[in-house]
Amino acid sequence: MKVSYQWLNEYIDLTGYTGEELAEKMTRGGIEIDGVESLNKGVSGVVVGYVKSREKHPDADKLSVCKIDVGTGEELQIVCGAKNVDAGQKVPVAMIGAKLPGDFAIKRAKLRGVESQGMICSAKELGINDKLLPKEQQEGILVLPESTPVGTPIGEVLGINDEVLELDLTPNRSDCLSMLGVAYEIGALTGREVRVPEPAVNHAADRADSHIAVSISAKEQCSHYSARYIKGVKIGTSPQWLQNRLIAAGIRPISNVVDVTNFVMLEYGQPLHAFDADALATGRIDVRLASQGETIVTLDGQERTLEPHMLVITDGEKPVALAGVMGGANSEVNDNTVNILLESAKFDGGTVRKTSRQLGLRSESSVRFEKEVDPARVIPALNRAAALIAELADGLVTEGIVEVVAAEAKPAVVEVTLDKINGYLGTELSRLEVQTIFDRLHFGYRLSEENNLFSVTVPTRRGDITRDVDLIEEVARLFGYDNIPTTPIHGDVTPGALTKPQAIRRELRRRLTDSGLHEVITYSFTGPARTNLFPDLTGKDLKPVKLAMPMSEERSVLRTTLIAQLIETATYNRNRKNESSAIFEIGSVFHTEEEQLTRLPQEKQRLAVLLTGNRVDAQWNRKAVAVDFYDAKGVLETVVDVLGLSAKVRFESAQPANFHPGRTAAVIVDTAHGPQTIGFVGQLHPTLQHESDLADTYVVEIELGVLYDLANSDIEYKALPRYPAMQRDIAVVLDQAVPAARLTDVAWAIAGELLESVRVFDVFTGEKLGAGKKSVAVSLVYRHADRTLTDEEVTELHGKVVAELEQSFEAELRK
Amino acid sequence: MKERLEALRVEALQELQQVDNPQQLNDLRVKYLGKKGALTEILRGMGGLSAEERPVIGQVGNEVRAAIEGVIDEKQNAFLAAETENRLRAETIDVTLPGKALPTGAVHPLNKVAQEIEDVFVGLGYSIAEGPEVETDYFNFEALNLPKNHPARDMQDSFYITEDILMRTHTSPVQVRTMQQMNGKPIKVICPGKVYRRDDDDATHSFMFNQIEGLVVGPNIRMSDLKGTLLQFVQQMYGEQAQIRLRPSFFPFTEPSAEVDVTCVQCGGHGCRMCKQTGWLEILGCGMVHPRVLEMGGYDPKEVSGFAFGMGVERIALLKYGIDDIRHFYTNDQRFLSQFARM
Repeated sequence: MKVSYQWLNEYIDLTGYTGEELAEKMTRGGIEIDGVESLNKGVSGVVVGYVKSREKHPDADKLSVCKIDVGTGEELQIVCGAKNVDAGQKVPVAMIGAKLPGDFAIKRAKLRGVESQGMICSAKELGINDKLLPKEQQEGILVLPESTPVGTPIGEVLGINDEVLELDLTPNRSDCLSMLGVAYEIGALTGREVRVPEPAVNHAADRADSHIAVSISAKEQCSHYSARYIKGVKIGTSPQWLQNRLIAAGIRPISNVVDVTNFVMLEYGQPLHAFDADALATGRIDVRLASQGETIVTLDGQERTLEPHMLVITDGEKPVALAGVMGGANSEVNDNTVNILLESAKFDGGTVRKTSRQLGLRSESSVRFEKEVDPARVIPALNRAAALIAELADGLVTEGIVEVVAAEAKPAVVEVTLDKINGYLGTELSRLEVQTIFDRLHFGYRLSEENNLFSVTVPTRRGDITRDVDLIEEVARLFGYDNIPTTPIHGDVTPGALTKPQAIRRELRRRLTDSGLHEVITYSFTGPARTNLFPDLTGKDLKPVKLAMPMSEERSVLRTTLIAQLIETATYNRNRKNESSAIFEIGSVFHTEEEQLTRLPQEKQRLAVLLTGNRVDAQWNRKAVAVDFYDAKGVLETVVDVLGLSAKVRFESAQPANFHPGRTAAVIVDTAHGPQTIGFVGQLHPTLQHESDLADTYVVEIELGVLYDLANSDIEYKALPRYPAMQRDIAVVLDQAVPAARLTDVAWAIAGELLESVRVFDVFTGEKLGAGKKSVAVSLVYRHADRTLTDEEVTELHGKVVAELEQSFEAELRK
Repeated sequence: MKERLEALRVEALQELQQVDNPQQLNDLRVKYLGKKGALTEILRGMGGLSAEERPVIGQVGNEVRAAIEGVIDEKQNAFLAAETENRLRAETIDVTLPGKALPTGAVHPLNKVAQEIEDVFVGLGYSIAEGPEVETDYFNFEALNLPKNHPARDMQDSFYITEDILMRTHTSPVQVRTMQQMNGKPIKVICPGKVYRRDDDDATHSFMFNQIEGLVVGPNIRMSDLKGTLLQFVQQMYGEQAQIRLRPSFFPFTEPSAEVDVTCVQCGGHGCRMCKQTGWLEILGCGMVHPRVLEMGGYDPKEVSGFAFGMGVERIALLKYGIDDIRHFYTNDQRFLSQFARM
């Protein structure tokens, strides 16, 4: 809503407030002002001139030489290039020394040898938004009404010595979609009185109901419909003051009758519509729901196909308007209109909104009806418009209002006690302070003295106030939010803490970033192709979740894995010459077993890691080291270790789709319900790497849910060993296919409690060992907690381990 | 014999004068002082001396030994010193070459800021509640006093999956879930998380973003408590000098409602480009929990009251670091991310 300061000043005295000050006051009171715009963009020295004569320029086809009277007694000669300039016109004349927007100064000049003492201006040159003017006024100079007095400063004529406040209204304050509503708000903020227009309608001899009749068939959707019949109007342009008001509000002037309906809509917030009464098939207006497939051509020339939930105004035969949204072309007021039916009604907000949204048709009218207009203003607005049409279009208003009231609107009565107000806000307001606030709001109330109970009668213009807390808000904002004290919460002190999963996530973030990985956050929406990349990470019989109306194909499905997103991130970085990536994400993925969701999908928190390029970049003193499988696995092992789960997690060779089949492991956790695969660590399949434009890339993705449950942060201290350990190293040659973990498993199984640690310290293959063979060197440390082991017993035990290795894996001890 | 000893001393000392390397020095030590050396050789003849002569010659022998040893030690030390010096010179390195840095990664700036905010509230005795990102219409709208035909509930503004299931548009549904779980008991929680709204992405808008909301419910919770809490929060986040300013506003789930401005972090309230010369930056929305919301959460508005507040993590991070484009948070360019590795 754009509010002209000068116009507003007609309803409430603004003396003492500049536009900016008013804006600040309103903003602090809850009506946010987006900006204050001065309509004068830098115009001075421009007055109204009379074109006495116009002749062709002797040396230029496109120029005219005009003699202008600007009321100074001296005749000005001005060369003008506009096509539409002509003798007998009143025009804006920038005299020598005048200033135009853009700091453009008018000087004496010679154009093709002819002296020019100024300039005739177009609307645009005067800084006026000419989009709101008729086309002929946009193309040439601005031609003013004949009655405009010569010599008047142009600012007065065009009303540009004014400021416009741009209101950014919250949905509850639609009462400020009218000048009167804004005036009431300022009245509440300042305590000044509001001046409401009191239209005097002078009736012609005959009665309106001898011309028209009204009925409402859809009473749910229309609680009140009123009309007046106005005869003998002369359609023409509106007076300049009326046009100025509309332009300041951002509305295009059209003709006197239409302009009046718009003017009164801005004034009262009540949209009105004028029908050409002679275009109506019968004088009988019926408000009803549309029938399926019914059509209407709206004022914008578009044919609209209607549905049964849409409300229409009919002339007894056909729809002539889409109620509250837009009039029909078939009954539009035009230059030849003589008699009009003027409508003022209350249509249901939800109905108007639904229609407007569905047809993609928003209008100044629909915006106001959607938010519910004030039922108490239906008749005053009708009368105000009728009086203005009589005045400005010479109409004869027939006697009486033809109306149907389907439902009477009653002001709400809301109760609140002084104690509740103070208890809710933490204030110590007196009864009198609260009374003053209600008085300023023009809210009537009864006060019960013994318990300080206010029974407030809320005017219908403030339909947003229905409960005690709504009144408390009114008191709070007019008292001033700044004046409410700041207090600590009283009551018990509560301990704050992170939950276990929250603490774990933070710990993981800390460990991983300390290890040189960057955390990323990727979008939860992705393309269908990415959700199909890693079916083994989605799970059997689980499907992705699709958005009903995505913004694009690329963002149409909820992510089912994190690594698909990390690959996108790595590719993005590689395209920007960040060739090495070490990144991780902790976030949710979404799966459902349903084809069409009837309940919430599964949301699983996961950790994913992606490593590509170099782990260590080349530097003067060291060579670059490319990442490999064991870097990725090491990250995961560290995570598992930090969570105290090393003993419960193992890795087994696995071949999930789109992973390198020889370089991928399943991550298996022993849970109370048996072993569970929680994810994978491995290299991306070379084909996928190639498609993603990535070098060798290693990834991890695991489910965190199970780890949250099992994680053990208890540190069990063990006394440092008091007796020496004995270390035995062996190297065995065996089949390449035998996993190293099987060797260490055997060692643990055989040596049992006396074995303190097993470490693989060397693995190699070579021609000397024979095809398909490898050498694995293992270091075993034996120790007894309570005594020194003897060489004999270690030798015996170690011998058993070696024997078992030889037997189980056909291993050959290297000597 | 005495003469032989004196001659040996002169010879040895002369020869030692000429020595210029440790090997030579060692050779001379052996030659004169070794088991088969010249001195031993001479002294071996002491057996033939009289009892009177023996101590005298022995004395001379010791003097000669001491003199030779003294020079050898001196030489030895000089060689050692020279050797050490050479070694140190040879070991000298360019200390301006870069060292081997420890790996440093960075927590994502949004999580870094969110953790900071969480820590402030945990310190004030709040717990952290979380909930699903895919929500039912009931929890996301209905229970928050946004009935089906509410203007703020346009299909166009939210990502629906079915008519009743959608991506949550705020973290407020977690507040409702918390109320239902707490079953009438007092509440003090914050709810961080991702939320989704249909918006064309540009420098200041993202269809996915992060929110942190707070909810306090209990007997006699007042709007002044809300102001006190928010002031405490901004002073911990931005320093003691930070102030807040509340402006009346509207949210369907709170009444009264307010927008909260904080003293501009850039200019300290004097007015600058960042705050559009106002001295204030809008960072929060808040209000007293609407009685309808309390009712739907299972609380009796006659018995308890509450306040709620919410903020966008992106906005706070943008302001905190002076980041120019919200999209950087989600494209994860490493040149962007690595800037947040500092403590």
